[in-house]
Amino acid sequence: MAVAATTQTGARASRPGRRLSVPAWVGTVPFLAYVAVFLLWPTAIVVVDSLKNPNGAWAFANITKLGDPLVRGYFIGSFKLCLLSSVFGAVFGAILAYAVASGNPDGLIRRLYLAISGVLAQFGGVTLAFAFLVLIGPVGLLFHASWFYSFPWGITLIYTYFQIPLMVLVFLPAIDGVKVQWREASENLGASAWQYWRYVGGPLLAPAFLGGTLLLFANALSAFATIQAWENQIAYIVPQQISTALSSEVGLSNVNVADLLALGMVIMVAIVMTGYALLQRRAARWLR
Amino acid sequence: MRSSYRLALAGAAAACLLAAGCSSSGSSSGSSSSATNWATQTSVSAGGGMNALVAAAKKEGTLNVIALPPTWANYGAILSAFTAKYGIKINSALPDGTSQQEVNAVKTESGTAKAPDVLDVGMAVALANTSLFAPYQVSTWSAIPTAQKESTGLWVQDYGGYMAIGYSSKFGTITSLNDLLKPQFKGAVALNGNPTSANAGLNGVMMASLAEGGSASSIAPGVDFFKKLKAAGNFSPVSATGATIKAGTTPVVFNWDYLNLPSYVGVSNWKVFIPQNAILGGYYAQAINKTAPHPAAARLWEEFLYSQAASGGQNLWLQGGARPVEQLAMANNGSIDKAAAAKLPAVTGTPTFLSASQSTDAADYLAANWAKAVG
Amino acid sequence: MAALTSVGETPAPAEAAGQRGMHGRRRRRLNIFRYVVFTLFGAFFLLPLLAMARFSLEGAKLGTWSVTAWKQIASYQGTGVPPLLSSIEITLELAVITCVVTLALLVPTMIWVRLRVQWLARPMEFLSLLPLTIPAIVLVVGLGPIYNRIQHYELSALMLFWVYVILALPFAYRALAAGLSAIDVETLSEAARSLGASWFTVMFRVIAPNMRQGILNALLLTWALVLGEFTIAFLLLYNNLQAELYSISRNTPNAGVIFSTSTAALLFAFVLLLILSYAGRRRRGRG
Repeated sequence: MAVAATTQTGARASRPGRRLSVPAWVGTVPFLAYVAVFLLWPTAIVVVDSLKNPNGAWAFANITKLGDPLVRGYFIGSFKLCLLSSVFGAVFGAILAYAVASGNPDGLIRRLYLAISGVLAQFGGVTLAFAFLVLIGPVGLLFHASWFYSFPWGITLIYTYFQIPLMVLVFLPAIDGVKVQWREASENLGASAWQYWRYVGGPLLAPAFLGGTLLLFANALSAFATIQAWENQIAYIVPQQISTALSSEVGLSNVNVADLLALGMVIMVAIVMTGYALLQRRAARWLR
Repeated sequence: MRSSYRLALAGAAAACLLAAGCSSSGSSSGSSSSATNWATQTSVSAGGGMNALVAAAKKEGTLNVIALPPTWANYGAILSAFTAKYGIKINSALPDGTSQQEVNAVKTESGTAKAPDVLDVGMAVALANTSLFAPYQVSTWSAIPTAQKESTGLWVQDYGGYMAIGYSSKFGTITSLNDLLKPQFKGAVALNGNPTSANAGLNGVMMASLAEGGSASSIAPGVDFFKKLKAAGNFSPVSATGATIKAGTTPVVFNWDYLNLPSYVGVSNWKVFIPQNAILGGYYAQAINKTAPHPAAARLWEEFLYSQAASGGQNLWLQGGARPVEQLAMANNGSIDKAAAAKLPAVTGTPTFLSASQSTDAADYLAANWAKAVG
Repeated sequence: MAALTSVGETPAPAEAAGQRGMHGRRRRRLNIFRYVVFTLFGAFFLLPLLAMARFSLEGAKLGTWSVTAWKQIASYQGTGVPPLLSSIEITLELAVITCVVTLALLVPTMIWVRLRVQWLARPMEFLSLLPLTIPAIVLVVGLGPIYNRIQHYELSALMLFWVYVILALPFAYRALAAGLSAIDVETLSEAARSLGASWFTVMFRVIAPNMRQGILNALLLTWALVLGEFTIAFLLLYNNLQAELYSISRNTPNAGVIFSTSTAALLFAFVLLLILSYAGRRRRGRG
């Protein structure tokens, strides 16, 4: 960094007319302003509104509504679905990523699977839900799976359909970064495959694996279109309840409740991210 | 990428944005320059007659409607007929929206040219949002029963139907509600939406409640029925649409009778059953947005919907299997489409209608107990 | 968190050579493992897609075949709503605008931060991850007043790009960061500056071209995101592709057109990605 500064001064010296009186961070203002207007301000609106009641008066007691058993049920439902789909997605995604990474780096299979992952990672909604319905629903083409309708198993299966490709996209560079030489070196020293993974490969890949799982968790948490198209008669997860609070026709609509649930979702993610950060620190210790 | 490339792209983006801005229809509300401000008129006669209204509406040229699915009570034909008759273009937003979303749209889009001009909402939402509506009395005001309109015309009921059970004929014939608990209906029975959110869903549960011996004041027997249905494995949480019915995923659906027509559902072997002791009726209501961007077109639309003409709104709704609010008056003066009226499902007995407080109580009960019962 | 991989990037050749030197038996076991994995996952991914394709070729009665749904992509028209083709058009335009604005916003900023304002790197990473932690359905509640203001000036659905750029931020940032970390930014910029280049030249004529793979990757991810976005468009009452498909699915018994449209969109994206994987540059690894 110091070298670059000298060079900058040096470069500046060669242009006597230029004077950089503006600090460098000003160059990031467009980005910061954009994010402030379209991300931070709406979030602030949501947080502030969640602490008000419908007439606009402050109602800090709203926070206690998050402890309501009904509301807790929605958060538990969301948590279950997100945890299951992110764990399954991460594990299977990691296996698939390993299979892809250990092949011919220029080969067709790698390109195919990367293209498939890129396409399917964002696929969801009406068509995905319906495709699974006709495949394994009550009159399914493949077979009839009665567990398919019990929450969270059926919808978890549908979620893993786009969680696995996302994990492949995120995790593949990490596996690519694990050098073959390390595996060979550990074999030369007499380690078994299990010992390799336990002491070398595992710790190396753990941060990336955890990071991928967290990404999957956040992805599943905000997913809404798929479950809404699959079933909409019971609200299992928080986004569905937010939708009810925003658009209920029978008088149960309440924007402040929607905001409150949204706040709860943000808190939930914050808690998970903290847990992730702690795990990261522990995993990083293995590398020392 | 070369910098010239990037410059070209940036230029293209700027050009796109400019073009989008220039070609926008602008936010002009198209208010007529003539003396009458139709936004404050409460009837056709007060505004200077039907011709003046038609002229003003044509000048505005557009009508914004929301949440009107084409296959719902023949709305597709109604929208086309209005445009064909008056040449006014209709922008139909969010065809699958709920009544609350209509009101939300009015609030969030207020002041823009995109805001809905007219609303077709369920009674619960109508009663809760009268501050957003403009009072207006259509020319056929006297033909509408007093109980089915607000006294100044803030909301006026337009059409309705009875809650029914539509089912595929492969199940034979259903004669009572409890038939649905039989094993042949495994995973087959669905509502139209979440009862805590959708009007049709709530009324489906209430109809079950009446059939089980309950009353309009208590929806608990209905929730218990669905609990039994779930325990028997017959309740399907799947979102019932035309596609799922056609695929056979949801062969039994609780829905309004005009939404259980074979033509709406899309399968020919579809039957409809209304339990004789549980005739639950529900009407929707029309309302005009107080700050409608096209006030004259909005009022012309209302006149069209309540017109008793052979190709007017009331008869078109009748052809869609719904019961128009002026049905009695039209039967008396002979303007009703007799063939369409004859096709309505026959019911013997007096229909029940939920009052506002009964509706609220039912919603509160469902909010606390529905998820537990069938989740 | 790990960087995103990019389509078309291949690991350095040295590693491939190393794999060929692996123990024969282990290689065989690995190959069996790979074939099993590819078959199982391939089947898992393929079956729902086949079901979709099957339904897109469905005739009026179950069990018959017909290509009507595919022809309807161009001709489908609902009463009072814009035809399907116009929502496809709007979504594609939206995708292009979002891609351009995202790149225009991120690439200069990221290079600038990397070069001159390193202390902002961490906060910027946090900010770009934020949209993932704030679900779309939450964001749209807060966006109401902002979009009301926007709608006073412009009603077109193209205005969705303002928020789509935010949605694309996490993915585009990851892809660009991966691209940026693969090149030696400091050396390149020092060399260019010592030759008398301005900062503009350094950013756009030296660094950005070396990030080609990362930029391509960011483009693809943003593109896929816009094509698949539903929640915000739906709740803000705009008519984009996914919202229209949802509406069609709920209001038409013969909804084959939603399957043909989705299948077509998927195929198009897949072919695009595959082609780009051949066009992408081989990453020069640092050994």
